[in-house]
Amino acid sequence: MTTHAPSTTTKTMRPPAGAGPIAWMRQNLFATPVDALLTFAGLYIVYRLLGGFIDWALVSATWTGDDGKACSRDGAGACWPFIWHKFGLFMSGRFPDAERWRIYLTYGLALAGLVPLMIPGVPGKLWLFIYMLGVFPLLAFVLLSGGMFGLSHVPTELWGGLLVTLVVACVGIAASFPLGILLALGRRSELPIVRWVSIGFIEIVRGVPLVTMLFFASVMLPLFLPENVTFDKLLRALIGVALFSAAYLAEVIRGGLQAIPRGQLEAADALGLSYWQKMGLIVLPQALKLVIPGIVNSFIALFKDTSLVLIIGLFDLLGIVQQSVQADAKWFSPSTSTTGYFFAGFIFWIFCFGMSRYSSFIERRLGIGDRKS
Amino acid sequence: MPRGQPPLSLPALIYEPKVRGIIFQVLLLAALVVAAWSLASNVAVNLQRQNIASGFGFLDRTAGFEISQQLIDFKPTDNYGRAFVVGLLNTLLVAGLGIVFATILGFTVGVARLSSNWIVSRLALAFVEVVRNMPPLLTLFLVYFAAIKTLPGPRQSIELPLSSFLNVRGLYMPKPQWLDGSSTIVVAFIAGIIASMLLARWARQRQVATGQQVPIFWPSLGLVLGLPLLAFMIAGQPVAFEYPALKGFNFSGGMVVQPEFIALLFGLTVYTAAFIAEIVRAGISGVPKGQKEAAAALGLSAGQSMRLVVLPQAMRIVIPPLTNQFLNLTKNSSLAVAIGYPDLVSVFAGTVLNNTNQAIECILITMGVYLVLSIVTSIGMNMFNARMALVER
Amino acid sequence: MDAGIRNRRIAITTAALLAVAAGPAMAQTKTLDTVKARGTLNCGVNTGLAGFSMPDDKGQWTGLDVDLCRAVAAAVFKDATKVKYVPLTAKERFTALQSGEVDMLSRNTTWTMSRDTSAGLSFVGVNYFDGQGFMVKKSLGLKSAKELDGATICVQTGTTTELNVTDFFRANKLNYKPVVFEKLDETVAAYNSGRCDAFTSDHSQLYSERLKSPKPDDNVVLPDVISKEPLGPAVRQGDSGWGNVVRWAHFAMVNAEELGVTSKTVDEMQASANPEIRRLLGKEGDFGKGMGLDNDWAYQIVKQVGNYGEAFDRNVGAGSRLNIARGQNALWTKGGLQYGMPIR
Repeated sequence: MTTHAPSTTTKTMRPPAGAGPIAWMRQNLFATPVDALLTFAGLYIVYRLLGGFIDWALVSATWTGDDGKACSRDGAGACWPFIWHKFGLFMSGRFPDAERWRIYLTYGLALAGLVPLMIPGVPGKLWLFIYMLGVFPLLAFVLLSGGMFGLSHVPTELWGGLLVTLVVACVGIAASFPLGILLALGRRSELPIVRWVSIGFIEIVRGVPLVTMLFFASVMLPLFLPENVTFDKLLRALIGVALFSAAYLAEVIRGGLQAIPRGQLEAADALGLSYWQKMGLIVLPQALKLVIPGIVNSFIALFKDTSLVLIIGLFDLLGIVQQSVQADAKWFSPSTSTTGYFFAGFIFWIFCFGMSRYSSFIERRLGIGDRKS
Repeated sequence: MPRGQPPLSLPALIYEPKVRGIIFQVLLLAALVVAAWSLASNVAVNLQRQNIASGFGFLDRTAGFEISQQLIDFKPTDNYGRAFVVGLLNTLLVAGLGIVFATILGFTVGVARLSSNWIVSRLALAFVEVVRNMPPLLTLFLVYFAAIKTLPGPRQSIELPLSSFLNVRGLYMPKPQWLDGSSTIVVAFIAGIIASMLLARWARQRQVATGQQVPIFWPSLGLVLGLPLLAFMIAGQPVAFEYPALKGFNFSGGMVVQPEFIALLFGLTVYTAAFIAEIVRAGISGVPKGQKEAAAALGLSAGQSMRLVVLPQAMRIVIPPLTNQFLNLTKNSSLAVAIGYPDLVSVFAGTVLNNTNQAIECILITMGVYLVLSIVTSIGMNMFNARMALVER
Repeated sequence: MDAGIRNRRIAITTAALLAVAAGPAMAQTKTLDTVKARGTLNCGVNTGLAGFSMPDDKGQWTGLDVDLCRAVAAAVFKDATKVKYVPLTAKERFTALQSGEVDMLSRNTTWTMSRDTSAGLSFVGVNYFDGQGFMVKKSLGLKSAKELDGATICVQTGTTTELNVTDFFRANKLNYKPVVFEKLDETVAAYNSGRCDAFTSDHSQLYSERLKSPKPDDNVVLPDVISKEPLGPAVRQGDSGWGNVVRWAHFAMVNAEELGVTSKTVDEMQASANPEIRRLLGKEGDFGKGMGLDNDWAYQIVKQVGNYGEAFDRNVGAGSRLNIARGQNALWTKGGLQYGMPIR
């Protein structure tokens, strides 16, 4: 989505008109009077935005201090000590200090599986895939929740910050993956009831906002269960998020299924493969590879959407930042909230931007972006 | 089963794909029915055991609360059903305006992304990449709390032209009051719209027949604005204005646009525009270069080539994902609940739910409304898409 | 005939399905037994309200509502720490209780008739008598809430406050404009930014928010009390045995204060000759057994949590930053409304 196709095409169109910065500027900034006007307007906007930002974040910023008073002088910019002091809280919530190594170990285990999985050409993809979807979730659950193998139990009420954001987004996408595949296959099934059930689920879930799904999970779901069967609140939010994400993922995967030539299916039928053999061995491996960018994009969307769990009283990164900037009297200052929101935005942005770059990299590799004439 | 085949034995029947399909479907259906049944009976048992009220009778009961923004009159003595309508209208208002503004801004930024001016295209890129990669909720918080922190109090309001005022309580504007004879203005306005539609049709027919182009934009604008103005003069200026004035704490009189509304509209517009810009860029890049070159060869100006050749073709690529963005915007408008704008979720799945304790009814109704909105938007955009589709001659 | 049989068969299948589906739900279990078997008390509390229930950066909960959870845990387990606090938003609290996610609700919840009768809960006491009021900027120079005509008022949704404020303005024929937020933090942030002229909530909450605001002295809480807000714990309807445990945990704290038994003196008081103290501390009678607990239930409460006065003082009263006067929450002997039903 973020390829720079046009700039490469214009490069080839450009008539040979000298080299050097002056020529480049004449070409790209001052080609016509209107262009020149636009350039000056653009420069002014850049000056205002960038200048304002540098002043706020660096020049007028407060760098040291132990409470909000340090940041309360007139014209003060960002309140960085607030971020230093709350950094642990923002990253892991109220997870006990002594147990935080478990979070870092979990991150490490995740990276150990994800990084080779994401780099094209590394062998053993299938095993890595099994590790990430089968082994890692168990390890992560044991490590984070504890209560066995001598690890003390950490109830989910103590989880918070970036940890919750990552848990909700990752579990959401992983749990929705099998369901999404089933729904996508169901939607293309020849069995009418299966097809209609899949279409109904997908369209209903895609038609409602995530907030109502979360309300559904937090307020309504308990009434649907038998007495004394209750779930943890985080788990209920996860169920809501996973169902929501499954519907979107199903549509992404359906796109991949549609791209598989009919001949492949017919060849599989001719070999006498059963439906599940045909799908599992022939169609899905090709289709899923095609839709990796789409899956990553869904993940980005889900990652951003996790911030909505703050509405139902869970403290994800944005939720805990918001609680800290609005409810912590000690750190109250005019710039605290802007600093906090900026920090949260920055973390979200790093993750999302990184993933979108990865997605467009894969897209280029798969040659999807090259189809246009 | 094809004719002429011998009747199959039972095991063979099980391996017959069609039969298996039917068995599988019956099992699926049975499982769904059992699941639905058990959920429903759980709900029934839970509600009855705990003596929780159920049913939709609550819609007729007196609401007893106020709503800060109302497009139709709402008093605390009205019932929950009317509160539902007020919330729904507020959602429709912000979603409708958001779609219009996001489309305008999105197309502008999308075209700017492809501008030959380096700075303009880089600025557009920066806008898209920054906004797209942040949660919309965060954007809303930033916009809302930044806005109410920087805007002055009512007594230090910023004075705007046309007797308008801007302060932390909102944007206050004069409110037109329709006196006797003002209906002629409405009639004239509708007549202006119809006349300009006829004009456009005639112009198109003429162009098809003779190849001559008739300017339609300015005459249409003249008709739509001029006719009501004429009616206004002839009917003896039957519109008075009620001006906002500082009284007590706040301005009273006039129309007020609340900061929550402005923040929500702004946040939704900016967030969705970033996505629309990318869609538009992809759409324009998807139009074969030959088309533009052919347009240039025919002597069309750059603007004409964009408007008459490139954009109509790009629209075919753009409309399906654009529909998705419109749906997303409508659904994202439910984030209003976090910044205090009384939309459907805030009023109905919030206040009404809390006061009636009827979670199931309130949430199901809310979900149903969004579902209907989605379906209606999809149908509308599909119709538009069909009109824009390639017409082979 | 044929149709008759089929109909009956359908009826039988339906009944069987219903039985299967509803089977586990029909089995009513006593909450006290469930809690004992589980080994922890699941207590629904506010997500964060200074003085009532508030987690620190380490996740330790404190507050008046939290102390009631601890008292119940002390009575049941002889260990006040065996509580799992479940923070609930205003919207979720009743479903959480109804569904069994929490065993009791101690979340500054107003006891109203509709909640008591048609929301599936049952209130068992009042641990804080409150009333709704308004906080305004001092610079407005207001003396009474009746001067708030035309004001913009910030209010949190999901609470009786939203209805009370409407009633108040209707009754006094005044106008106002609400700005309704989902969470308390946002409501207060909006008020502090000047979005509203007034912030309305229970008085206890107003004092706590005033204290937290950037400049406490710039805000005043108007004297008007526009509603009755008896805040108290609630349990599920239809489990009076468990309701008794929670109710008497609260009364034990009030009785202990009336009798002058504190967490410091409770050990020496065990030797007291006063029959009322002896009954409270389980030296005479089988009052604990009657509830399915041990007879030292109240001793454990007072020893580990303290009496009502101590809890009030520590969390919201003179010993806390909130510094709220006892007022209506003083003992009945001192002109207040807190009245411990006799243990006898």
